[in-house]
Amino acid sequence: MAQNAALLTPPQSRARSFGRLLRQGDQVAHLLTLIFAASVFMVTVLVAYELWIHSAESRARFGLGFLFSRVWDPIAEHFGALPFIYGTLLTSLLALLIAVPLGVGAAIFLSELAPARLSNICTFLVELLAAVPSVIYGLLAIFTLVPLLRQYGEPFLKKSFGFLPIFQGPAYGVGYLAAGLILAVMIFPFIISISREALLAVPREQREAALALGATKWESTWHVVVPHARLGIIGSIFLGLARALGETMAVTMVIGNDPAIRASLLAPGYTIAAVIANEFSEATSDMHLSALVELGLVLFFLTMILNGLAQLMIVATTRKGSGAR
Amino acid sequence: MHPRYSRRLVASLFPTTVFALVCAGAMPAETINAAGATFPAPIYQRWFEEFHRLHPEAKINYQSMGSGAGIRQLMEGTMDFGASDMPMTDQQLSRIKKFKVLHFPTVAGGVVPSYNIQQLNAPIRFTSETLAGIYLGTILKWNDALLQKDNPGLRLPDAEITVVHRSDGSGTTFVWTDYLSKVSMEWKSKVGAGTSVNWPRGLGAKGNEGVSGLVKQTPNSIGYVDLIYAVHNGMPYGLVRNAGGTFVKADFESVTEAAAGAATDMPDDFRVSITNAPGKNAYPISTFTWLLIPNRIDDASKRAVIKEFLEWMLGPGQQQVAALSYAPLPELVIARGRKQIAAIQ
Repeated sequence: MAQNAALLTPPQSRARSFGRLLRQGDQVAHLLTLIFAASVFMVTVLVAYELWIHSAESRARFGLGFLFSRVWDPIAEHFGALPFIYGTLLTSLLALLIAVPLGVGAAIFLSELAPARLSNICTFLVELLAAVPSVIYGLLAIFTLVPLLRQYGEPFLKKSFGFLPIFQGPAYGVGYLAAGLILAVMIFPFIISISREALLAVPREQREAALALGATKWESTWHVVVPHARLGIIGSIFLGLARALGETMAVTMVIGNDPAIRASLLAPGYTIAAVIANEFSEATSDMHLSALVELGLVLFFLTMILNGLAQLMIVATTRKGSGAR
Repeated sequence: MHPRYSRRLVASLFPTTVFALVCAGAMPAETINAAGATFPAPIYQRWFEEFHRLHPEAKINYQSMGSGAGIRQLMEGTMDFGASDMPMTDQQLSRIKKFKVLHFPTVAGGVVPSYNIQQLNAPIRFTSETLAGIYLGTILKWNDALLQKDNPGLRLPDAEITVVHRSDGSGTTFVWTDYLSKVSMEWKSKVGAGTSVNWPRGLGAKGNEGVSGLVKQTPNSIGYVDLIYAVHNGMPYGLVRNAGGTFVKADFESVTEAAAGAATDMPDDFRVSITNAPGKNAYPISTFTWLLIPNRIDDASKRAVIKEFLEWMLGPGQQQVAALSYAPLPELVIARGRKQIAAIQ
């Protein structure tokens, strides 16, 4: 840290007294905020380090096979992550498929088309939704969503689209579909809220210029405002994805908790976060504990990879966008 | 600050300070920390509160974080004692070098098969074959010939059985799978017994409340829950045929009888499973739950408090057990537990 401070401070000011430095303020603020920013980095590194260390036993025993094995047997101590990775990705993907059109559409309406008063009321409600704890969503899902799915939703899907392998098998109510739906409900307030902010931040002149060129209201919104706000919108989607990947309580209450890989969305499955929450406190053998920590590590890398993809996507769209403008 | 104000401030602070000091004086001299099983947590909380009322100088804090966590905390020495729904394994015991762990049974409990079938006029009778068959997937429908044979008076529906089990690791699962492992060779070789197992089929739900919620909602489903949970929530549950061939309804007496039946040839360290116990009316899916106490406690006053508590728990403490729907220990086990207290030094 001392080295950093030395680097930050120009040589001539190093000679000045510390009191003078304090009065200047800028340098101190610089240093303080640097420490705060560094702490984010430190925490991330520490998390990765701890996960790495505590999963040593499991990594040594299963190696890369851990990622591809489908067996999860705590008694025989065979552990594989594939069903959990599959469940995590599938439920998050489902959630995004539902929540992104819904959230972005609602954000466009609220920021561009709705009367101000309606927009304010809706925004207030959306922010309220974002603050509801996940266990409440889980309870709602158990008591309303799951029975509805079992009695009406899933029989309907089976009858209408039963020829597709993704809508086959018995209708339990719980399963990938229920988990994906509840995740969609949980993340779409985030997508609306942040997308709306991004859309509102688009300068008035952009809209006016489009309108002056003869665009309709919708054309100006779709071709000018939305592309201008796309960074914020993509950001909101990935924030939603991050929440969906790591969501534990609500998912474990409705996914059926069965470590299997099935094509049908109606079938029960399992996610990484859910199995860690379920088994961690009662894991008695060291290997079991170590395997659970390794699952945490897998989730950590999964999130990192997806965030990396998000960055790439932003870079790609920015280049294309600037070319068009 | 104006002097008058400051005087007033002091005057207003004075009672609070005195109050704080008095409180500090009444603080227990000895605080003991324990952690472990969730199943017996209600009775433990009650006991520790009652014990604190009788002995204001001693306070026992209990964190119900699960049997596995209780065992780990004890091994790492972060807690004064632990609690578990399953006895510690030889491997776990051998890893503790500083002291030996004494198992003290505290109460007994049962695990019952609960189901959701419309229009039944009597509880379903299960045998070890049918329970193992349902959970292994060899019995898929309620009107299976095996089930129908044991329930001649019942019209069981021609419907698929939806199997529900616990998804979180739990002592309840351990008892259930321990029973199935004892009575079914196929279960033993394919699945085994533990707090979390690789289930051949079924939906997983979190906690007793999760299992009961899913069973209540899903027609033609079956799940297993703690007896006390089923009783408190008015859930229907089946009879299970015991080792003697009688179909037994789980209640405090039949669970205590299972404990007594197994207690006759119990090993000295109390590490015994009482599933499938002998005894005419013994309920076969029963278990003890244990306190895990180190045999060497260096702090003399802590040691005195823990010994005092164990004495009290095996005496007057047992009378509070039934009020919370646990099964009290049989006389024989209490007598042997008392003897073991002397081993704490």
